[in-house]
Amino acid sequence: MDRNVIVEMRNIRKEFPGIIALDHVDFTLKKGTIHGLLGENGAGKSTLMKILSGTYPDYAGEVRMNGEPVHFKAERDALDAGISIVAQELHPIMELTVAENIYLGNEPRKLGCFIDFKKRRELVKEQLAEFELSFKEDDKMKNLTVAKWQMVEIVKATTRNSQVIIMDEPTSALTDAETMVLFDRIKQLRDSGIAIVYISHKLEEIYKLCDEVTVLCDGKLIGTDSIDKFDMPTLISMMVGRTVDEIYPPIDLPKEDSQEILQVKGLRRQGVFEDITFSLKKGEILGFAGMMGAGRSEVMRAIFGLDRYDAGEVILEGQKMVIRSPREAIVSGIGMVTEDRMVYGFVGGRSIKDNIILPNFDKYAPLLFIKDKKAEEEAEHICREINVKSSGTGTQVRNLSGGNQQKVVLAKWLVRNMKVLILDEPTRGIDVGAKQEIYSLIKKLAEENGLGIILISSEMPEVIAMSHRIYAMEGGRIVGEFSKKEVTANKIMEVIIKKGEAV
Amino acid sequence: MKKQKFSFYSFYNKYGIFFIIILLFIVCALINDNFTKTSNLMNVLKQITVVAIIACGETMLICAGMIDLSAGQLAGTAGCCAAAVLVATGSVTLAFVAAIACGVVFSYASGILVTTFELPPFIATLAISNIAEGVTYLYTGASAITGVEKIRWLGQGRIFGVIPVMVLFMVGAIILIHIILRYTNFGLAIYSIGGNENATRAAGINVNRNKRLIFMLSGALCGLAGVILTARMMSGQPNVGAGYEFDAITATIVGGTSFTGGVGGTMCVLAGSIIIGLLNNILNLMNVSSYWQLIVKGVLIALAVILDIKTKKLRK
Repeated sequence: MDRNVIVEMRNIRKEFPGIIALDHVDFTLKKGTIHGLLGENGAGKSTLMKILSGTYPDYAGEVRMNGEPVHFKAERDALDAGISIVAQELHPIMELTVAENIYLGNEPRKLGCFIDFKKRRELVKEQLAEFELSFKEDDKMKNLTVAKWQMVEIVKATTRNSQVIIMDEPTSALTDAETMVLFDRIKQLRDSGIAIVYISHKLEEIYKLCDEVTVLCDGKLIGTDSIDKFDMPTLISMMVGRTVDEIYPPIDLPKEDSQEILQVKGLRRQGVFEDITFSLKKGEILGFAGMMGAGRSEVMRAIFGLDRYDAGEVILEGQKMVIRSPREAIVSGIGMVTEDRMVYGFVGGRSIKDNIILPNFDKYAPLLFIKDKKAEEEAEHICREINVKSSGTGTQVRNLSGGNQQKVVLAKWLVRNMKVLILDEPTRGIDVGAKQEIYSLIKKLAEENGLGIILISSEMPEVIAMSHRIYAMEGGRIVGEFSKKEVTANKIMEVIIKKGEAV
Repeated sequence: MKKQKFSFYSFYNKYGIFFIIILLFIVCALINDNFTKTSNLMNVLKQITVVAIIACGETMLICAGMIDLSAGQLAGTAGCCAAAVLVATGSVTLAFVAAIACGVVFSYASGILVTTFELPPFIATLAISNIAEGVTYLYTGASAITGVEKIRWLGQGRIFGVIPVMVLFMVGAIILIHIILRYTNFGLAIYSIGGNENATRAAGINVNRNKRLIFMLSGALCGLAGVILTARMMSGQPNVGAGYEFDAITATIVGGTSFTGGVGGTMCVLAGSIIIGLLNNILNLMNVSSYWQLIVKGVLIALAVILDIKTKKLRK
C-alpha cells in the first residue's frame, strides 16, 4: 500500500430514513495534499466527512488510517486519532479569549489539576506567530471577525497534532482578502505534511488550492483524480450530471395570455438581498435555483411578511401591497411553505386539524368559537385528497413522517383560496413516494387551480423539471433567468459560479 | 402497535391524575375519620379557591410558554383596591370592577414589557410584582383597610348552608378558562404559541397581541382572587397576596401542565389544586407541622415534573 496514503475509505454506505446518503463511496487522502471534495447540496460531501470525523458512527464500509482499520464511535475518537474538522458554521464561546478557546478541554496543566496559564499563553503566542496572525492570545472571540474564528479553529486543530484537517466551506463568510490569507495558511499546513480535505462548491477555489479532487453526486462517487485531469466544464457536469428521474410529472407551459398575478420590483434588504425584480403569472411555476445562503429564502420570507424589507414594491394583482406580517400576506392570498418545517411549518404538539385551523381563523373561527364540525370535515376532506397518512385528523403532527408533515403544511393553505403559493425546499428530507405526490400536487395547483407558484429548490433536477421559468440567485442577487426550453443544469451552475466569484 | 402506544399516553394524560386524586382521597379517609365530614371537605374547597383562580390564569400563561411571578402580589394589591373602593363608595359592584381593573392594568404592563420590549416573562413579572407591592404599601401605609362588612357573604356565606359562595367563583373561573382553551380560536392560539411560537407567527397569528391578552385575562383573575382574599380576611391586607403565585404554579404543574408550553388545561388546574388542598388538609388534620408541609410540596413538584419529562421521553 502507498505509504503516502493517510486515510482510506472503502465502500462507504450510509442511510438516513428514506434516503441513501452515501452509496458505496471510496475516498483516498494522501499526506501533504489538499483534497477538494466537490458536489451539490445534498451530494453527500458533509456526510462522508462526518463519518470520518466520528459524528456518524453508524455506517457500512471500511475506514483505514495509516493502514490500520478504524471505526470512530464519537468525535472524540477521531480527534484523538488526529482528525479535526472545521465546521461550516462556527460557534465559538464568545466571552472566552483566543487562548482559552484553542485549548478548551485540552488545557496544559500543572500539579495535575491547575491550568498552566503561562504555558498556555506562550504556546498560543508561538502558534499565532507561526501563522503570522494579527490578533493576540488574549483577545476575546466576540471581538474577532468570522475569518479570525476560522483561523483560531485551524490553530486549534494544529495544537491537537492533527494529521488530517477537514474544512467545510470555510470561505462562505470570508472576503476575498481574507480568503487569500486563509489559502496561504492552508498551503503552509500542507507543506508541513498535513492532509487537508477542502469541501466547497466554488470551483475557482478548488483550482487555486487543491492538488486532488473527488466529486460526489447523489451519494455516489463520480470521479476522483489529481486536479489537472479535469477542466472546469467537466467538473461542472460531473457535479450536476445525473439523469432526471421519472418522478417528475410532465409540466406544460402556461397559456401565453395568462395574466400577471405577482410583481416584485427592486426589493432590497440591507446586507441580505438587493434589486430583486421578477414577475409571476397565473398558473405559472417559477423556479428559484441557487446554492444555500444565496438569499432566495430571505426574499420569499420578506414577501410573506416573516422578515422585513427596506425598499421595493410587492404588487399583487395590480395592487401595491404593504406586508408587515404573515397575517396580511395570508389574507391577501399569499401562502408560504417555509424551508424549515420543524420551526415554521407546524405546531408539533397539536393535531392535524388544529394546525389546519390555525392560519384559517377567518374561516373556522371568525368570531371566537371554533366551528369544530366544519373544521373537522374540511380537514378530513383535504387530508384524504392529498393522501395524508395518519390515524385521523386528531393525530399530533409530530407523530407523522416527514412527508406527511409536509402535506399537512400544504393542507393549511389548500383549504383557502390562495393566489400565490411560495414553496421553499418543499421536498427536502422526505422520501421519494411523498416527493412524487407533492410534485403532482404542485402541477395540479398550477394547472387546474391557476395558482402562481414560486418553487425554491437547491436540487437542480427538481427545479428544472418542475418550473416553467427559472431565476438563478447568488449573493443576494438574481444572476440569471432561463425559460424552460433553454435551461440546463450546467447553464445555471455557470451563472452561479461566475457571479458568485465576482462578488 | 402504534395505536396501542397512542392510547397509553392519552389514557395516562387524561386519567392518570384522577387516579392519583382518588387514591389520595381513599388514603386520607382511612387515616383520619374527620376527613370525610362534609364540613371538612367544604373547607378543603374553600382553601383551594384563591389558589385555583390564580392558577387558571397561570395555566394559560404556562400553556403559552410564559409565566407570571406577580400573580400573588397582584391579588393582594387588587384586594386592597377592592377594600378601599368598597369603603369609599359602599358599592360591592364597584369594588369588584376596581379590583379586576387593577389586576388587568398591572398585567397589561407585564404584557407590554414581554411583547414590545421583549423581556423574558420571568423578569418582566418580577419587576411588576415589585412595583405592585410598592404601590400597595405606599397607598395603605402597610396597614389593613377595614370596614368591608358588605362582602362578608363572599367570605363566610354558604349556599344551602353547605357550599361556600366563593367556591362558585372558582368553578366559574375554571369553566370560563376551560371554554376559552378548549373551544375558541384564542385558546388554540395560546397552545400554539407555547408549542411553536415561530410556526404560530408564520400562520398569521398576531403573537404579541395574544400574549398581551393572556396577561390581561390572567390579571383579571388575580383581581377576582384579590376580592375573595379580602372577603376571607374581612379587610384589605397589603401583605397576604405575595406567595400565592408559587402555590398556583405548583398546582398547575402538579396537575400536569407542561412547563415547556403547549400542553395542559383547566382540568390540570382543578386536579393540581385538589391534590395540594387534600395534602395540606390531611397533614393539618394529622397535626403535621407546616414546615413538613413545605417539604412535601417541594417533593411533589419535583415528582410531577419528573413524571412529565419521563412520559415525554416515552412518547418519542
